[in-house]
Amino acid sequence: MKTERRVVSVVTLNEHGVLSRISGLFAGRGYNIESLTVAPVPGSEFSHVSIETQGNQRVLEQIVKQLHKLIPVLKVIEHEAENTIEKEMAMVKFPINESLSDIDALCRAYNGKIANVGADFIVGMVTDEPRRVANFLKAVEKYRPTEVVKSGVVAMERE
Amino acid sequence: MQLTGSQMVIEALKAEGVKVAFGYPGGAVLNIYDEIYKQNDFRHILTRHEQAALHAADGYARATGEVGVALVTSGPGFTNAVTGIATAYTDSIPMVVISGQVATPLIGTDGFQEIDAVGISRPCTKHNFLVKSVEELPLVLKKAFYLARSGRPGPVHVDIPKDITAETGPFAYPDEITMQTYKPHTRGNPRQIQKAIAAIKSARQPVLYVGGGAVLSQAAELVRTLVDLTGIPTVETLMARGVLSATSEHLLGMVGMHGTYAANMAMSEADLMIALGARFDDRVTGRLSEFAKHAEIIHVDIDPSSIGKIVEVDYPIVGDLSQVLKELIAGLSDGFEPERLSSWRQRLSNYSTIHPLTYEDSAASIKPQWVVEEVGRCFSAEAVITTDVGQHQMWAAQFYPFDGIHKWVTSGGLGTMGFGFPAAMGAKCARPDLPVINFTGDGSILMNIQELMTAVANDVPVINIILNNNYLGMVRQWQTFFYDNRLSEVNLEKQPDFVKLAEAFGGFGRRVTEKRDLLPAIEDALKSGKVALIDVVVERMEHVLPMVPTGGSLFNMILEHKE
Repeated sequence: MKTERRVVSVVTLNEHGVLSRISGLFAGRGYNIESLTVAPVPGSEFSHVSIETQGNQRVLEQIVKQLHKLIPVLKVIEHEAENTIEKEMAMVKFPINESLSDIDALCRAYNGKIANVGADFIVGMVTDEPRRVANFLKAVEKYRPTEVVKSGVVAMERE
Repeated sequence: MQLTGSQMVIEALKAEGVKVAFGYPGGAVLNIYDEIYKQNDFRHILTRHEQAALHAADGYARATGEVGVALVTSGPGFTNAVTGIATAYTDSIPMVVISGQVATPLIGTDGFQEIDAVGISRPCTKHNFLVKSVEELPLVLKKAFYLARSGRPGPVHVDIPKDITAETGPFAYPDEITMQTYKPHTRGNPRQIQKAIAAIKSARQPVLYVGGGAVLSQAAELVRTLVDLTGIPTVETLMARGVLSATSEHLLGMVGMHGTYAANMAMSEADLMIALGARFDDRVTGRLSEFAKHAEIIHVDIDPSSIGKIVEVDYPIVGDLSQVLKELIAGLSDGFEPERLSSWRQRLSNYSTIHPLTYEDSAASIKPQWVVEEVGRCFSAEAVITTDVGQHQMWAAQFYPFDGIHKWVTSGGLGTMGFGFPAAMGAKCARPDLPVINFTGDGSILMNIQELMTAVANDVPVINIILNNNYLGMVRQWQTFFYDNRLSEVNLEKQPDFVKLAEAFGGFGRRVTEKRDLLPAIEDALKSGKVALIDVVVERMEHVLPMVPTGGSLFNMILEHKE
């Protein structure tokens, strides 16, 4: 069976230990978490956890069923690529002597901007689809970035 | 009503109808034990090791279908309990385990007897709680019992910091609760059930594969009704022994690694497998690529994650087995023709005749299988049978004449040596009216031998029958078969005098070296009213047969072993 990438959203009670239950489920079975994003759902007692993972179909099915099985989990959403908006964010730090205008143009091209210009460093940021963020990071390589920080993926169904 | 945390624990146990709790006190649970001292509503059995307290609570649960309760202190008290929790988890046994924890301000400071208990129990419990305030304690306890017994049952662990056991808060214990994020499916999907009924009606070579879920769902009578109605040949897993009567003409015996030839051939040649509360364990399936190659599969299970985990399923039905069986029976009452299975039944019956479950009895020595049969002739279904883990466990599973549920207590999934004796004590507390016999080995019995003291002190007269071959027999058997008879670290020639050992604790001991002495020893043990060790010297090199080697196909069994 071939390996697929999948983003799974989990809506879970926002209580202590819940993230450890989720990550333990992956760790104990040898499944991978590629990226993970967690934040409270505003105005509720729930948290929204977005997990980017990969595996063959049977593994993905087990991941979803095992997540459902966790007692504090309300809902598990398996995102199908064509019906989903996915976004992630990246911040990149450059030395001040790199071309500010080039970096600015690149950031804008990928839904971003210059977030900060300091005495020694420029920080650019972008928010875009994971594939495009990857392209951005490739494009800025020649400006000798000194630090890259990426968020995990967040996903939402279109309808 | 204002109560301390400790009083809340007592009141919750009372409200849940707990009759016996098993445990061991210590620093972090002193306040709870102080309240246990003051109450008279349930019995507390002090074991001599926390692991035994867990197995005893587990044995109690298996012998009743009710939630077993165990109580331990923090740190080592809890870590000693982990094997017992994991044992119950693997076999889906309902249990509530309460542990003490260091006081809230000490958590995370490496306090005396502090360990991250919920961190350790997370992967081997259905759910666990670290109690954060006395206010939430009543609801946590209610949830613990509800979770333990509903859906797919399992152990639930509640870790209570010591300060919370002393603090006072409002106590109201709800009769019923619902949880927003936990709603087990009990009713199977009607369309899937209809499809399954149609598949059963058109199958030519169906087999019923019955697992421990039939015991947990208390569905034995319904399974029997289905079998009587349809005459579908049936196999039982280790956990399901007794769901059908051993005398049932439709029962082909146990399935899997040490199952009968007929049962394993039925699984291999079936065109439709109807899995009822079974989970396709590797000890059942053998080599997966060869497993049930010709069969469509109906899988009924209350846990959706069990379905499709090991094998692909054609008719998945998520639901409580009892409820689903009622619908299957209703649908099959009309239009099912048992006669169409006659040639299939005939074929399987031939398999049973050609390769029956058997052994070569001996006049000169005692065969372990004979001991099991002899005890079976003596007690039939009028006893609770427990086991430890190893050869004796398989012989008991193969040769005991089971009939009915809650009378067979064995560690199936985890395979925990040391389980049998304390589990037998738990079962005896649940069923004082029945003899409780623990088949054990000379290896296993020493893993919780200290419980002789518990049994004597609390007057829990269970009978341990040691099938003593001076070996770690099952490991020895694998070394003989698969490691060219290089017997590495399995020789148990040096042994205690089990008779004196039993007597030293105040129990009954007897060594049996002749067949004719077995039943008198058991009778004397029963008459003594004491916990007993009956040390039966059995044939050293006996093998558990038939056997499917690990990774082998079910239809490729070792049927006999020539020296």
